Amino acid sequence: MIGMEVHVQPTTRSKMFCGCAVGQLGDPPNSNVCEICLGMPGVLPVINKAAVEACLKTALALSCEIPRHTKFDRKNYMYPDLPKGYQISQYDLPMSLNGFLELDGRRVRIRRVHLEEDTGKLIHAGDKLHKSWESFVDLNRAGVPLMEIVSEPDLGSADEARDYAVALRTMLRTIGASEAEMEKGQLRAEPNISLRRAGSKELGVKTELKNINSFRALHRAILYEVTRQTEVLESGGAVVQETRGWSEAEGRTFSQRSKEFAEDYRYFPEPDLPPLEIDAAWIEQLRSALPELPGARRGRLVSQHRLPAADAVLIAADRELADLFEAAVAAGAEPKPVANWIIGEVAPSGKIPTPEHLADLVKLVTGGSITRDQGREVLVESVETGRLPSDIVREHGFAQLSDESALQVEVEAVIAANPRAVEDYRAGKKQALGALMADLKKRAPQANPRIASELLLRLLG
Amino acid sequence: MSDLTNLTELTIKEAARLLRLRSFSAAELVTAHAERIERLDRRVKAFLRFTPELWEKQAEEADRRIARGDLGPLVGIPMAVKDVLCVRGVETTAGSRILSGFRPPYTGTAVSRLFAAGAVMLGVTNCDEFAMGSSTENSGYHPTHNPWDLDRVPGGSSGGSAAAVAAGEAMIALGTDTGGSIRQPAALCGVVGMKPTYGRVSRYGLIAFASSLDQIGPFTRSVEDAAIVLDAMAGHDPLDATSSNRPNDVLRDFDAGVKGLRLGVPREYYDVEGIEPGVKTAIDMAIKALREAGAEIVDVTLPHTDYGLAAYYIIAPAECSSNLARFDGVRYGLCQDAQNITEAYERTRRKGFGTEVRRRVMLGTYALSSGYYDAYYLKAQKVRTLIKRDFDAAFEKCDAIISATSPTVAFPLGSRTQNPLSMYLCDVLTLGGNLAGLPGISVPCGMTDEVLPVGLQVLAPQWREDVALRVARAYEVTSGVKAGVAPIE
Repeated sequence: MIGMEVHVQPTTRSKMFCGCAVGQLGDPPNSNVCEICLGMPGVLPVINKAAVEACLKTALALSCEIPRHTKFDRKNYMYPDLPKGYQISQYDLPMSLNGFLELDGRRVRIRRVHLEEDTGKLIHAGDKLHKSWESFVDLNRAGVPLMEIVSEPDLGSADEARDYAVALRTMLRTIGASEAEMEKGQLRAEPNISLRRAGSKELGVKTELKNINSFRALHRAILYEVTRQTEVLESGGAVVQETRGWSEAEGRTFSQRSKEFAEDYRYFPEPDLPPLEIDAAWIEQLRSALPELPGARRGRLVSQHRLPAADAVLIAADRELADLFEAAVAAGAEPKPVANWIIGEVAPSGKIPTPEHLADLVKLVTGGSITRDQGREVLVESVETGRLPSDIVREHGFAQLSDESALQVEVEAVIAANPRAVEDYRAGKKQALGALMADLKKRAPQANPRIASELLLRLLG
Repeated sequence: MSDLTNLTELTIKEAARLLRLRSFSAAELVTAHAERIERLDRRVKAFLRFTPELWEKQAEEADRRIARGDLGPLVGIPMAVKDVLCVRGVETTAGSRILSGFRPPYTGTAVSRLFAAGAVMLGVTNCDEFAMGSSTENSGYHPTHNPWDLDRVPGGSSGGSAAAVAAGEAMIALGTDTGGSIRQPAALCGVVGMKPTYGRVSRYGLIAFASSLDQIGPFTRSVEDAAIVLDAMAGHDPLDATSSNRPNDVLRDFDAGVKGLRLGVPREYYDVEGIEPGVKTAIDMAIKALREAGAEIVDVTLPHTDYGLAAYYIIAPAECSSNLARFDGVRYGLCQDAQNITEAYERTRRKGFGTEVRRRVMLGTYALSSGYYDAYYLKAQKVRTLIKRDFDAAFEKCDAIISATSPTVAFPLGSRTQNPLSMYLCDVLTLGGNLAGLPGISVPCGMTDEVLPVGLQVLAPQWREDVALRVARAYEVTSGVKAGVAPIE
């Protein structure tokens, strides 16, 4: 079974306990620092309200309980990337606990969501840590706010773990709590993995994986680790409780730190920060301001718009697409075709039309004015130029040939030009019709396929 | 005024009046102090460093303000700053070798506010390393001598600040009080020293010893001066989440006297173990004087006093073990070369920290360790709650509590350094005020037969600095005992 510890950087302008900008990946080293996040003597932390708000929103979206009293604690350990020699985190009274995230209609239990600060970064000169001759400390990240979202070991496979992380990202983006870009380090997933005998309830010894920086890596690392643990157990060995790193290049996990050497963090309440009392009215205000969550929206896409579940899952997973869908439907287009266009064209291309343009396009196609293929071209042009699809169609003369008398001329020409195919068809080879339709499409691309094939069948007798 | 020596015996109040009358300039006032320091500090050793560039600039600015008619009570007043308060660009070391050469890139809030009020900084005063001690002998640099008897300690940890004010080397000195580090040296040096309510003065810029106990406060030569300095420093600071936004009314009813006030004498403090007869006599006389001034003297009890010292010596070291983790040689201060990072930490910290600091870091680390946390840290926090309740109950019966500040007068240099426990006992009457977060003040209440100062401590309920100051002021007025400059020349 797999449990996940996910660190998420909430969207804030400043750091967790000082006024420094959170900055961006690639900023010059030690450019977003001040005496506070550098851990100078005599400085004090002050809580960033925006970070608390993002954490509370996340907790609410995960249906967590939010205790009235919460506090920060010091987690003590010495490392050069940790300027104060302790990390301000939350220990026994986290901001929230006991929630869940819905995943394909099932609940993955969330143990807690709490706030803490990030550490800095070490850069070692040389190719290997133990061979490096010089190390540098970059404290830009030190003090950047982090939410830690801890799940119970409710995930049964690498697929589920990845889906969980993706669903979490969607949720965080939907509520505006984080941009949750994994490659920017705004979302870091650390799975812990333990095996369980089939039929048994008892979990085996777990290992925790670190250094994972993409959903793909998450999936691969878990698959690798499950295989590794299985092999260890089947060969009569024992899994060691430890932290293992994931090497993307080598495609394997390696031991980093075992339980025997685990630090005693000597947690105690942070005396520089008074305990927080979370105002119930504030919670209610945040709760009522939450947008519709992906799970609820998915349900509504099925019940209200009669979308198949598979379509609803895909559309609800992305707030922008879901908004587009509903607005296009509101503009008068039929739900299912709109969904098809979004899933088939808009999502893969990433080029998002306005809802009015999409609705217009869908109506042109479903009404038979243009073909699907023409629709694709019109869509691309509409997004590029920002013009209404109807206008584009009119200008290009794309309008589909639906007029029977005009079509009859074309169909007769096809029959005349393909005597063999006509003969085959009349002799009972029904597949010869395909060749005739293909020729028709070449001669008259704008021909309405439905009307044209009816006409063809009639003329072939 | 031609006789410059007199300038160093004035109170703030007197100096401010004479500055307005153009009897002398701020530049002359600071020069008088600089000259006295030059003459005496080789023997007192109150200062670690001087800041002539700063005082010249600030005195000039003060004279401009006075010329403009600025009536601020602190404009041009010479001030010394304890070595734990960060001042931008001025070497600040917390009395420790580990911070040797460290110049903070910022100025702490309390000092900033006093600078803004016009105070002129003379220099940095000596203290026990990281404010851990009661005699200033734990300084990583040198001991400080008591101006009343140079063979004796000035108390600690803010001993340099107390000695500077007692020697007439500064008109104000800032100290910090974690378990008595302002009040005890004030008592031993015969000056006024005040620890405000926890949260009254911002701790931003104070190099932390024990964050839940530390407070910044003034040393002065009159109660009124202490009130003036406190008033200028106090108030909410957005950079300190533990600083209060309560109204700053420390000077309310300052001169109202003690008539009608109930003053509690806790029997556990009055008869504290090891109290010297000379101290007891002085306190008895002070109680008598206050009664005659109209106060009602009532017996109160603080039943958990005996456990206070133990709780304090768990909580303070626990917090310090964490607060001092940042001194790792990576970003500032002392750094020792080594083969790897662990060895670098060990060598830097072994060389940089003195014995007492290392002892407390180890005590605190132990008290917070898994398996010991409940038995030590958590238990100590429970005791702390009981001690707070003791004070709450006592303040039902009285408006303020009075006692000796220290059970003893200044003791000879070196007499307690071999026995840490005997040193810890110096704080037995003061640390309760820190555990409960109360405001407290020590005022001189006479001399023993050996001509060594005794201090009277007044403790008031949280946020009632006004009551502590009012009682101290009334005592100062009725008793006629005034803080003075020690006859050192």
